[in-house]
Amino acid sequence: MPIKLVSWIKKLFKKKRMARIGIYGPPNAGKTTLANRIVRDWTGDAVGPVSHIPHETRRARRREGITIEANGTTVSLDIVDTPGLATKIDFHDFMAFGLEEEEAKRRAKEATEGVIEAVKWLEDLDGVILVMDATEDPFTQVNVIVIGNMEARHLPLLIAANKIDLPEASPTRIRSAFPQHTLVPLSALEGQNIETLYEEITNRFG
Amino acid sequence: MIQKENQTGTSVQGIQLDFISEDRLAEMTAMEKIRLILDEVRSSKILVLERGLTPAEEAKLIELTMVEITPNGFSGIEIESYPTKNNTSIFRKIFGKNTTRTRLTVIGPADKLKTIKKDRDMITAIVTEQ
Repeated sequence: MPIKLVSWIKKLFKKKRMARIGIYGPPNAGKTTLANRIVRDWTGDAVGPVSHIPHETRRARRREGITIEANGTTVSLDIVDTPGLATKIDFHDFMAFGLEEEEAKRRAKEATEGVIEAVKWLEDLDGVILVMDATEDPFTQVNVIVIGNMEARHLPLLIAANKIDLPEASPTRIRSAFPQHTLVPLSALEGQNIETLYEEITNRFG
Repeated sequence: MIQKENQTGTSVQGIQLDFISEDRLAEMTAMEKIRLILDEVRSSKILVLERGLTPAEEAKLIELTMVEITPNGFSGIEIESYPTKNNTSIFRKIFGKNTTRTRLTVIGPADKLKTIKKDRDMITAIVTEQ
């Protein structure tokens, strides 16, 4: 009896770890824009700056205890905005955006560290929102690798087909590429269809 | 660009492509595969793996590629594979075997191998002599 009581007291005071959801994708897919949108909608705060220059996010940022409510269901999550995944980083690409050589080299170095951090985070997550640019070809190796890792570990995955505010966006192309996964077409920038994302977050990660 | 002698002793120049069989890869550990790939790619070769890497191995390959990137030197890799397929065999499920089937993969230096188009069952790439 005393053992049961101790166990009950421990359970009562033991803090349950919230599910950690990583926001992944290639550079410039809109990961931080989406993270900002989610965190701003539910806490009024933001996660980090965004830029048209790739690899603006070079450190993973975690926001704890984001409570999302949709369709009468509430879910509390830790949201991790990760640096863009890439298989190549050339500082000359940053110079094309007007950066000086030294700054471009520094950004490239930090970007490589960011990619490593993003890969390491994959091991510590309970689910992923994979952000794809709906104006781009969905069969990129980064998308294939993230989906492959989640499928191999049987972890939930939600695809956010971003940038549907652009006329050339084609979420259907993404849907036909990865038909086995739930997809939400949205615009993180404009907030278009964001309510559907929240419904799917509560369905998939609750 | 690699210069080698062919079987008749004639000197030939070009980009070397190595086709690695499934059997050879099966004998190697994950780290051995990744080391082989990076060493070959860094010496400007293009690799075609009959049966590619697992998703975890591909993630590790990205990680180690990033470590080796240097300004004005190695800028990374171009890697293309088809999405993995799940083995649905009941035998495999019962015995808890890996149910992910990896597929053909092409890997090369980012400054030489460029992917033009990719879909579920077709990869189009060009090799440049930079």
